Amino acid sequence: MNKRIYMDHAATTPVDPEVLEVMIPLFTTEYGNPSSIHHWGQRSEYILHSSRETISKSLNCETDEIIFTSSGTESDNLALRGIALEAYHRNKNNHMIISSIEHPAIMNTAHDLKTKYGFELTILPVNQYGLVEPHDLANAIKENTILVSIMYANNEIGVIQPISKLSEITKASNILFHTDAVQAAGQLILDVKSLGVDLMSISGHKFYGPKGIGALYIKRNIPFRSTQTGGSQENGLRAGTENVPLIAGMAKALEISMSRYKDDTIKMTQLRNLLIDTILQEIPDCYITGHKKQRLPNNASFVFDNIDGNELIMNLDIYDIAASSGSACKIGNPEPSIVLQAIGLSSNLSLGSLRLSIGRNTNQDQVNYVITMLPKIISKMRGTP
Amino acid sequence: MTKKIAVGMSGGVDSSVAAALLKNQGYDVFGIMLRLWSEPGQSTNGQNRCCSPESITRARQVAAMLDIPFYVLDAKNVFHESVVSFFIDKYSSGVTPNPCLECNKNIRWGHLLEKSLAMGASHLATGHYARVDKRGDKWFLLRGSDQNKDQSYALSMIGQKELKHTLFPIGKYTKNKIRDLAKQFDLPVAERQESQDLCFLADRNYRRFMHQYAPKSMKPGPITNSKGEKIGDHKGLPLYTIGQRKGIGISAKEPLYVLEKNMSTNTLIVDKHSKLGKNHLSVNKVNWISGDPIHKNFRAKVQLRYTARAISAWILPKNDKELNIKLDKPINDITPGQAAVFYQNDSCLGGGIIIT
Repeated sequence: MNKRIYMDHAATTPVDPEVLEVMIPLFTTEYGNPSSIHHWGQRSEYILHSSRETISKSLNCETDEIIFTSSGTESDNLALRGIALEAYHRNKNNHMIISSIEHPAIMNTAHDLKTKYGFELTILPVNQYGLVEPHDLANAIKENTILVSIMYANNEIGVIQPISKLSEITKASNILFHTDAVQAAGQLILDVKSLGVDLMSISGHKFYGPKGIGALYIKRNIPFRSTQTGGSQENGLRAGTENVPLIAGMAKALEISMSRYKDDTIKMTQLRNLLIDTILQEIPDCYITGHKKQRLPNNASFVFDNIDGNELIMNLDIYDIAASSGSACKIGNPEPSIVLQAIGLSSNLSLGSLRLSIGRNTNQDQVNYVITMLPKIISKMRGTP
Repeated sequence: MTKKIAVGMSGGVDSSVAAALLKNQGYDVFGIMLRLWSEPGQSTNGQNRCCSPESITRARQVAAMLDIPFYVLDAKNVFHESVVSFFIDKYSSGVTPNPCLECNKNIRWGHLLEKSLAMGASHLATGHYARVDKRGDKWFLLRGSDQNKDQSYALSMIGQKELKHTLFPIGKYTKNKIRDLAKQFDLPVAERQESQDLCFLADRNYRRFMHQYAPKSMKPGPITNSKGEKIGDHKGLPLYTIGQRKGIGISAKEPLYVLEKNMSTNTLIVDKHSKLGKNHLSVNKVNWISGDPIHKNFRAKVQLRYTARAISAWILPKNDKELNIKLDKPINDITPGQAAVFYQNDSCLGGGIIIT
């Protein structure tokens, strides 16, 4: 069988060959700057606009509501800072609400706004499955609340938040709602209208597009200011020459993902359930993290008693299985995962996590290999025969 | 199936060449580095000098060039428990410990070896200048072929169980040859500082460290000469080492040297150079590399510090774990807490910790 098995699609995905094909000529022949007046500029502008159309169709929004950025992290930064700074400028309102299981791109940006700029921050608890309770959100809203940011699907434990239910609460109070959909994009419906969100971040490399490209949906006419000065690209909201090849690549990747969304969901859910069910059955003192059903089709996440997650990843790699752990750290400095502590796990258990994330090319043989090897590796690490 | 071998990599030239040699011999090699505890501090940014971000990056680059996997293993807690605490305890009790020996025993050939075997490796290899040889059914620890670089002293606390799973791929080469090999393999020849001794201090000042981490052990007391006459005051015995001349704080006609530290009376005994020098020492916690303690008196060469020359001596065993040593000529800086390591020819028989 093919040697190495990649079960870390939540970290990043390979670029789809069709996506690559779309991008290559944009580096070499159609390399114009979309701001230029001449032929090359016009071609690039056309490609840029077509890409924006493709993405806005998937998000069910207008083309001018899509801003291209360099990454999911930049989109998250722009969303929080753009809203916060404008609101403060307008009426000194400065309260923001996020959940306790946000990605560092949100978590650390919110903390930065709090500690360096004096914004007020409420961090909502989650229940044992990682879900935000709507009544917690309702109770946290204050007169000066400007923005709520809650991620669509969690990167570590795959739990999917009831975004439309949560955004209903903010809508009633006229508060803006942002969702970090980086992990969800390509796997879940991204319709901003049915989700009821005002801002949404996505990132190309999570759905078989290239790295180094992201997008932010910003609803028309919401109070927003740019945080980067320069040219007037992207409606004046994000200065800098547009990265046309990567933008076109991301658009193509999203188009492909949406077209095969149903088939992929069925196939991945089935493989994911096989992973979860077998591992829970075969390995003692092992628990699923996140919600059993309300989770990304590609995410199977666990914690193990008496296992160091970092070492588990090394051991799996030795056996040609690429996976990830919430506490994993390449420089040998593991910290208990914040997400796992937020769902109520002890810091000891939080150090023993494993995330297997499958992709559209993962097959049954690969899953079988993992469910055969993992119990052996765990028992060897625990020193049990 | 190809043998899997874990190589302890530091980013330095020695362990890089060790990994390259094994890879060239066709082994299935992976690199591994330990993340050790380090004192939080400005000058080092809280990084242990044995595993700074730069050395991690260098080792990772070398591993990538060799196309082998590389992992960093967290060992902060075990290192703190068994090396840093040991260091503080020993200094507090008046002796001058050698943390490298303790680290090799408990961390490298303890924690790291255990984890490497659990990861499917048959052996742990390192870039030490030493050799392992199997003769009959016994494993021998031999000095590295490059006499100036030999590191067997620091390895004298390991035994058969460990040697069986140990490789020293560079031990049969000279340092110059290793540099040549590095060029041949196209590896960077980054030199690490020779001694990473006290790698966990934020600076290289163990006296400051002891003040901060074991203030209670810093009790001022009298300084006397060897006749017992008080000639001054000391600031706490852990701050002084045997043979030390500078920093005693007494002006005298002839320079004074630390002869002894009497912990029970908290007295520092100093005197002129002519009073220094001992040829008797007693040693405990003896480790026999062969696993079979020698009970008869025997001749050996004894090395009393990492960089010292070995001196001929009689080894006079008392029991399996304790012995006396009678050196053929006296030595000025016999330091309790350091190891006395015995050799016959190039074979390291074992070693123990100097008590007096």
